[in-house]
Amino acid sequence: MTTLDSSKGIQKNNSEVNETHEDFRMFGLITFLIADGMTFAGFFAAYLTYKAVNPLPDGAIYELELPIPTLNTILLLVSSATFHKAGKALLKDKNSDSQKWLFGTAFLGIIFLICQLFEYFHLPFGLTDNLFASTFYALTGFHGLHVTLGTLMILIIAWQSRINGGRLTSQNMFPLEAVELYWHFVDGIWVILFIILYLL
Amino acid sequence: MTISIDPQKTNNESLQPKGWLRYFSFSLDHKVIGIQYLVCGFLFYLIGGTLASAIRIELASPMSDFMPRDVYNQVLTLHGTIMIFLWIVPVVNGAFGNYLIPFYVGARDMAFPRLNAVAFWLIPPSGLMLVASYFVEGAAQAGWTAYPPLSITTPQSGQIIWILSVLLLGGSSIFGGINFIATIIKLRRPGLKLMQLPMYCWAMLGTSLLVVLSTPVLAGTLILLSFDIIANTGFFNPVLGGNVVVYQHLFWFYSHPAVYIMVLPAFGLVSEILPVHARKPLFGYTTMVFSIMGIVVLGLVVWAHHMFTSGTPPWMRLFFTIATAFIAVPTGIKFFNWVATLWGGKISINSAMLFSCGFIINFVFGGITGVALAQVPFDIHVHDTYFVVAHFHYIVYGGTVFIIFSSIYHWFPKVTGKMLNEKLGILHFIITFIGFNLCFAPQHWLGLNGMPRRVAEYDPQFQFVNQISSLGALLMAISTIPFLINVFLSVRNGKDAGDNPWNALTPEWLTSSPPPVENWEGEAPLVEEPYGYGKKIYDQK
Repeated sequence: MTTLDSSKGIQKNNSEVNETHEDFRMFGLITFLIADGMTFAGFFAAYLTYKAVNPLPDGAIYELELPIPTLNTILLLVSSATFHKAGKALLKDKNSDSQKWLFGTAFLGIIFLICQLFEYFHLPFGLTDNLFASTFYALTGFHGLHVTLGTLMILIIAWQSRINGGRLTSQNMFPLEAVELYWHFVDGIWVILFIILYLL
Repeated sequence: MTISIDPQKTNNESLQPKGWLRYFSFSLDHKVIGIQYLVCGFLFYLIGGTLASAIRIELASPMSDFMPRDVYNQVLTLHGTIMIFLWIVPVVNGAFGNYLIPFYVGARDMAFPRLNAVAFWLIPPSGLMLVASYFVEGAAQAGWTAYPPLSITTPQSGQIIWILSVLLLGGSSIFGGINFIATIIKLRRPGLKLMQLPMYCWAMLGTSLLVVLSTPVLAGTLILLSFDIIANTGFFNPVLGGNVVVYQHLFWFYSHPAVYIMVLPAFGLVSEILPVHARKPLFGYTTMVFSIMGIVVLGLVVWAHHMFTSGTPPWMRLFFTIATAFIAVPTGIKFFNWVATLWGGKISINSAMLFSCGFIINFVFGGITGVALAQVPFDIHVHDTYFVVAHFHYIVYGGTVFIIFSSIYHWFPKVTGKMLNEKLGILHFIITFIGFNLCFAPQHWLGLNGMPRRVAEYDPQFQFVNQISSLGALLMAISTIPFLINVFLSVRNGKDAGDNPWNALTPEWLTSSPPPVENWEGEAPLVEEPYGYGKKIYDQK
């Protein structure tokens, strides 16, 4: 059944105009995060294999201290909670509250990165010193890249949730939900990384 | 939450170039993207084929007199990489997947059209970069596997460009995989059940799962390898305390599934082609679905059968031998189903059918040598010999490339509205089939007698058999000529095909040929029996 669109004079199909489909952007993002998780899984598998079969050469130093990474774990877990708060606030149309929580989350992310760099500069080994040193920097560096990208995305959606003219509203939650899922994913990876790299 | 589709916005018809120019644009139309994949892939196939011819010319004589040894290594590396990452994977997934999957699920486009266009446009630059790496200080020389320490010690710039290029192609492949999964699971027309989908959808779902689960591991591995090359780390460098076997595990965790990424879509395509030209329902639909999913699961846990000579411990050899032998079961089920589909059918002997039958013959042969290679004692004997080269080409050329040609003959009328010339098509099939078997069957003998692969020079006793093989390669090169003539003539002056020249029942034939933008005038048809031949009105003619 076709009708004439009077405003533009174009014939179009009525059934097309009313066609809708489910929002599956989140589904696509989850699929992507599974793929991203497999990259980490590959790194973890390599590290665990090295640990099982490759002995540390004589005289090589590979020692990690716990305080900074423990602090970092707490920082990321708290930031997951603050991000959740931001979502709740936006759902109740409290945009300015949401924005504050988002800036808080981004702040925690930046503190995490600073702590990570501080740890890098105070470790007794460098990237090419030995196999475990290289693996340590590759793993934490790749995770740090994810945190950096996540922090940038949080800053972008914090800007978008401004009250006048921001495109992030309780009707359009997707950007916030997507970044939130990504951020929880990055936190989850950190917890696994913390257990495998520092505790095992 | 639902998203409403505004045809004014999604069509973008006024913004998109018209005619052939749209194939050079950032088009969001899945049909245009599919053709872009196909033509781009075919151009790289011609480059890869030229390199293959160079290899066979070199191997026609025992000494390295046609090109220096390091150039030979570069040529075989580029040949492998181009054929796998720029011809077979993009074409059999990207080209046919993009063209057909939205039709099969009753959609107007893919789930993420922009991501789809990005995935395609990553391919030409990375392919050109790979080809251009020859002019830097020589292309990569370490083979398509890039095993360290070879890949660390050979000239670096070529290897780094190779890594960058494969990373981009892997990204393209992952984006495509995400898109296919979302399209098949989420974008199905209301009322269309999963078990009513044409088989190619199931094949693409399985393939995309493999892409999403295994390609990122390769990406991570190549990043570590690039650190070894640029930053002097020692992940895979034994001199610095690294472990080369870890690279092999991680590499084959992708690259064995990659064989299924190349072959499963071909299984899906042949399941579409055979029922149409045999006028019979696809035999054993449910077992087909389960065997595809069985191959996906098993395909992820067989990778170490490429590494039986890499100091693998006995338990690992036992496990991977058994797992590999198990894969023959779902694959065998599929072959029985195809033969049973043909059995008692009203078979038309045309180019599409001939190439599909050629696929069945070649692939069964390659499958048998595959089961043989899974057995450790035999594998250790023929590891890194021409036996493996022959097996692999029987799977990937005799299998997948035959199906690519079969699919082109089958869907050309859909895409262009013109028929291909059958006489030239059959000529193309005969030369390809003879050339292919003449080229690769003798290589089994060469391998069993100990001729190593990837070496420019060999023992003179193998010269005669190598020359037979090179003659076969010459025939394969010649076989491209009737195909190209056929395509160019038919696009211009081909016989008009009408909307449904094969009287097929799958959804892509239930619209006009070539299809309109957004695929259907009005609502998408609900096809509950895509293989209902012998039941519907078409067969009563």
